[in-house]
Amino acid sequence: MQDKTHSSYKQLEQKSKYTNLFLRWFLYFVLVIFALYFIFPLYVMVVTSLKTMEEIRQGTLLTWPSGLNFDSWLVAWGGRGYGAGDTFLKPYFWNSIKMVVPAVFFSTFIGAMAGYVLTKWRFKGDKWVFLFLLFGCFIPYQAILLPMARTLGVLGISNSVIGLVLVHTVYGIPFTTLFFRNFYVSIPSELVKAARIDGAGFFKIFFKILLPVSTPIIVVTIIWQFTQIWNDFLFGSTFSFGEAAPIQVALNNMVLSSTSVKEYNVDMASAIIAGIPTLIVYVLAGKYFIRGLTSGAVKG
Amino acid sequence: MLKWLEKNLPKIVMAPAVGLIGWFVYGFVLWTLYISFTNSKILPKYELWGVGQYVKLWGSRKWLIAVDNLLIFTALFLIFCVVIGIILAIFLDQKIRAEGVLRTIYLYPMALSFIVTGTAWKWILNPTLGIQKMFIDWGFENFTFDWLVNREMAIYTIVIAGVWQSAGFVMALFLAGLRSVEDEIVKAAKIDGANLFTVYWKILLPMMRPVFFTSFVILVHISIKSYDLIVALTQGGPGISTTMPALYMTQTAFHKSQVGLSAASAMMMFMAVAAVIIPYLYSELRRENAR
Repeated sequence: MQDKTHSSYKQLEQKSKYTNLFLRWFLYFVLVIFALYFIFPLYVMVVTSLKTMEEIRQGTLLTWPSGLNFDSWLVAWGGRGYGAGDTFLKPYFWNSIKMVVPAVFFSTFIGAMAGYVLTKWRFKGDKWVFLFLLFGCFIPYQAILLPMARTLGVLGISNSVIGLVLVHTVYGIPFTTLFFRNFYVSIPSELVKAARIDGAGFFKIFFKILLPVSTPIIVVTIIWQFTQIWNDFLFGSTFSFGEAAPIQVALNNMVLSSTSVKEYNVDMASAIIAGIPTLIVYVLAGKYFIRGLTSGAVKG
Repeated sequence: MLKWLEKNLPKIVMAPAVGLIGWFVYGFVLWTLYISFTNSKILPKYELWGVGQYVKLWGSRKWLIAVDNLLIFTALFLIFCVVIGIILAIFLDQKIRAEGVLRTIYLYPMALSFIVTGTAWKWILNPTLGIQKMFIDWGFENFTFDWLVNREMAIYTIVIAGVWQSAGFVMALFLAGLRSVEDEIVKAAKIDGANLFTVYWKILLPMMRPVFFTSFVILVHISIKSYDLIVALTQGGPGISTTMPALYMTQTAFHKSQVGLSAASAMMMFMAVAAVIIPYLYSELRRENAR
């Protein structure tokens, strides 16, 4: 099959060898130009973070740094060691970790349960319940920002990591439900039916039959939720400030804080630090990342 | 009792999800809708005031600028993302060497937050030490590139950064779409003498209608909600020239303490999203039912 396609391509290629050669080169040329466009900001970020301010002023964006100088990284991560006005990322990085881990866990768990019920324990009107949940993927969060701020205030968890865990858990549920529901729909219900006849209960069926085959969708869901929550800025900046802020908010504050001299090298080091966890996940598990993206991409 | 519990266990397990979404999504949207009809300032008031906030909103110069910017941004963002996405997908589909590496490069911006993206582009586009200086140092002495601080042009810097972030994603959608087409169709067309261009233009791209539709919905959705990127890149400036609805909403609520007005702007955004999403959900549902 593969070979046949290949040979027919070959015949066609021989017909107009030169135009094809030209087209091939053109193809690679365009692809490489775009690759450069996409890689350019990352390159600039990395080299800028390794330069001193003196080098930055003398060279251009593309100039190679004179050496591997990680001073800006240390300043971005741990500060300069003096008191007031010294913002650095370390505490906020941990805030983000403390926020991401429970929020990913709870939203994934609730979504898995909901997806399981919606596909294997179907009830009258379950389609409507799914649609009801699904709509939550699409709402612009501006429409819930004001009441959420009030609610967090009433609960006494505004400006805290716990508050952000709650927010991210709740607004993650529509996505996690969508993922698990679409995955479990493709698993034959006969297995579940047989187990039910054998007297297996609700949880036993989940843990013995569905959970063991769920690894791929769990990975997709965790990666999706992790990326979304780690990268969130709207909720972080609206519901927290000062010490409870997650890393994206801290990064933005650091970059915007108007000290006398703008230190672009520290800014770039900070941006890389804030972006590294999700980049690592992307590089290590790109396949799952893309799967989540194409099926849950409704979020902005 | 135990029997009842056993029988209703699935519904009980389902309850947290339904309850949380019911309260935090539907309840909250209704609350915002209600508040948009009141004259709330710092604190919400519950006496109805009519459509005054909407009248005020559409009479506000800043909101009109925000809507204008949204239209410009959405149009350009859509066009560039889709065109670049399709070109990359089609080119990558030609049995390219190192396809995996190229794909990874095109898509990695999606893993970054808009704040990181905005920070990077802000540095690249800054007129003193960024691209402008690069070209001047290369000998183009009169080269100017000051869009970031130019009222007329600043909105386009947001387009540049936004397209950079999202074009790879459209590429991924189209590549998946193209790969799902049967080889036979392409082969048959080629044997009939169609060249590659015709195959794509006349056969494959028309088959990608659902992918166009999905990309359209998602990109419009992203652009209506865009907030982080503007905060990181321009903060709505210079002046208010790059304000967008999402930024208008939070500024009105949390800096100007005009809760009623900001609720009205939030509801306008909600309606804009609903106008795009509801037909989409409807068609998706129909497709699923048809299966």
